Amino acid sequence: MTYPVSYLAVMFFVVFVALVLGLSFYFARKTKTASGYFAAGGTIHWGVNGIAFAGDYLSAASFLGICGMIAFSGYDGFLYSIGYLAGWIVALFVIAEPMKRMGKFTFTDALDSKFNSKGIQLMAAISTLIVSICYLIPQMVGAGALVKPLLGLEHYVGVLIVGTIVIIIVATAGMTSTTYVQFIKGGLLILFSTILTVSLIINGLHKKPSDGYHDFVTLDAVFDGESYTPDSENYKFAGTAKVKDSEFVKLEKDGIFTWWKVKGSEGSIKLEEALSSTVKPDETVLYNGAPASEGRFFQVGHISKLIMNGKEVEKTGPLNPFSILTVIEESEIVRFAKTSVKDGENKITIWYQNPTPGETIMRPGLKFKVDKGSTFWSKLNFVSLMLALFLGTASLPHILIRYYTVPSQRDARKSTIVAICGIGFFYILTLYMGLGAMTHGVLDLSSSNMSAPLLAKYFGVGLFSIISAIAFATVLGTVSGLIVASSGAIAHDLMDRFMGIKMTEKQKVFAGKVSAFGIGMIAIILGILFKGMNVSFLVGWAFAVAASANLPAIIMLLFWKKTTAKGIAASIFVGIVSALSIILLSPDMFARYGFDKASSPISLSQPGIISIPLSFLTLVVVSLMTQKKKVKI
Amino acid sequence: MQQHEAVELGEDKAAKFKSKVGLILFGVYSLIYAGFVFINTWSPKTMGVKVAFGLNLAVFYGFFLIILAIVMGIVYNHYCTKMENKLNGEEEENKE
Repeated sequence: MTYPVSYLAVMFFVVFVALVLGLSFYFARKTKTASGYFAAGGTIHWGVNGIAFAGDYLSAASFLGICGMIAFSGYDGFLYSIGYLAGWIVALFVIAEPMKRMGKFTFTDALDSKFNSKGIQLMAAISTLIVSICYLIPQMVGAGALVKPLLGLEHYVGVLIVGTIVIIIVATAGMTSTTYVQFIKGGLLILFSTILTVSLIINGLHKKPSDGYHDFVTLDAVFDGESYTPDSENYKFAGTAKVKDSEFVKLEKDGIFTWWKVKGSEGSIKLEEALSSTVKPDETVLYNGAPASEGRFFQVGHISKLIMNGKEVEKTGPLNPFSILTVIEESEIVRFAKTSVKDGENKITIWYQNPTPGETIMRPGLKFKVDKGSTFWSKLNFVSLMLALFLGTASLPHILIRYYTVPSQRDARKSTIVAICGIGFFYILTLYMGLGAMTHGVLDLSSSNMSAPLLAKYFGVGLFSIISAIAFATVLGTVSGLIVASSGAIAHDLMDRFMGIKMTEKQKVFAGKVSAFGIGMIAIILGILFKGMNVSFLVGWAFAVAASANLPAIIMLLFWKKTTAKGIAASIFVGIVSALSIILLSPDMFARYGFDKASSPISLSQPGIISIPLSFLTLVVVSLMTQKKKVKI
Repeated sequence: MQQHEAVELGEDKAAKFKSKVGLILFGVYSLIYAGFVFINTWSPKTMGVKVAFGLNLAVFYGFFLIILAIVMGIVYNHYCTKMENKLNGEEEENKE
């Protein structure tokens, strides 16, 4: 699908960038010490820090990814919102104040506060870099993917723009400028998501989402044993394709080929209009039989039966936050199922109508295999994912370093509560924005990530432009935090502490800036290299590795007196290796390698349920084996 | 190796109390979260049952978990602040 360039969106984005760059240069003059660079001197107000937490945490995966997932798979996408938010409970009740008390600039400092161990310094720095890079790649790829539809620029230009701006932000004033970028972005994201949700609820629901919404055609047809003849002179039969139990027919009209789903049985056969993309051998792509620029790849998502108070209606009028969810649950919504077929040399992807009862959409099972067709392993995968989301948040290095930017433990606690309020409120909004996109005829079936911005477009170009600019700013905020965390791991954990390179305060700041530049360049390269790949799963890796490698070490250090430095280093190592090994050998990854899923040596795709306990166990065993012997006098 | 802290923190006499309350609240929330994951996993159809305000259990429980996190956070902060003021003294806290 193609989108006209929104110059208003470009203008909003330029204003935002000018504002954050101005702030960065202003703060740069004040950033002269390592404390100032890595931890904003510990002077950030807890309220600002709380919203900055939200700006840091609500990445493109949260805003674009979750809204898109809910728009395509209903309630299952909302489970991510719940898991991501619940993770903040671990941060508040267990991690926040001890991290502030024990740490200095990085989470490695906290882990190493009792030991001064080279093993911990090395392993924790490696863990920080792995988690941050896993998180960084999807953000950069997302930036590239966003600029094409929103600003009309090529993928690499988007990656370069984000990379360059973020390097300037981080390399000028480090954590201070990063904090204010995240604060502004977090505040704007919550504010405008609220405006979008309120607009949606007041607008209510309509059977026909808008006047320009495409009316999907259904044709009667006759089957003669070989070909289908549609009951319309305009269409001519051009071929068929079968996928499992479904059959699709290719029809030609005015030289354009489209795909239709066969429904019914002999005597009452119907052909239902579908959407398709055709990839030709020379890699050119046709959407619904024509180039994307012709606009034949319609936006979709509508209500086929709109039920309100037990009666079928055409529109509901204004609703309230509860009744809109009730109406969707009682209605029937047309989602689109996806399948792939070969047509000669062409690769065809077909999206066909799949009317789904609202009650199925509003409970688990459409994405996660916990209901129909579930197995023990699919259920265990789901439990493992929810465990990693719960335990991963409080182990993400770029989140943990924000505890060093406030003056006291009390401020660390308060800022976490502000973050929970802001993030929790935003995650409630994701359910409305996702379901709104599902029912308002705005979905681009080729890109679920565009659901929230396209829903905003339904309510006007102004809101679309602002939401689009915020979506882009979302990437800036999160990437800045990740680069600060990574530069801290290199300049502070590795160079200063692990390698013991003697540096003055000025040299430490310089080392941090050079590291930020280096990580920023790597992020740009990876963002360009991974173009076109769906790398959103890497965020899941980041959570799984963080929960497996970092959390057991933090928890045991806080609550088990026999914890030793070697135990911590070993548990981080085992956490990283076991989590990554399970992921790389999982059925999902085997499918990505182009192999049969069944040939994978393990049945789990989510490692947390094995790798987290394994990391805990390693810490206990190694610590017990490396206790200092008591000297008898 | 000497590290330079971003800020110097005083002794927190309320740390033990806060840690204990934090762990209790964490345990309570974890149990409620585990219940949510359990029903979603082993009885997903139960999540379709209507419970209140016209919402089904899936949405109601999800909203409840989010709102509960906010409420527990505010209550926790209230008691922690009260204890900090009592044990550390308000002036000392403000100095931090």
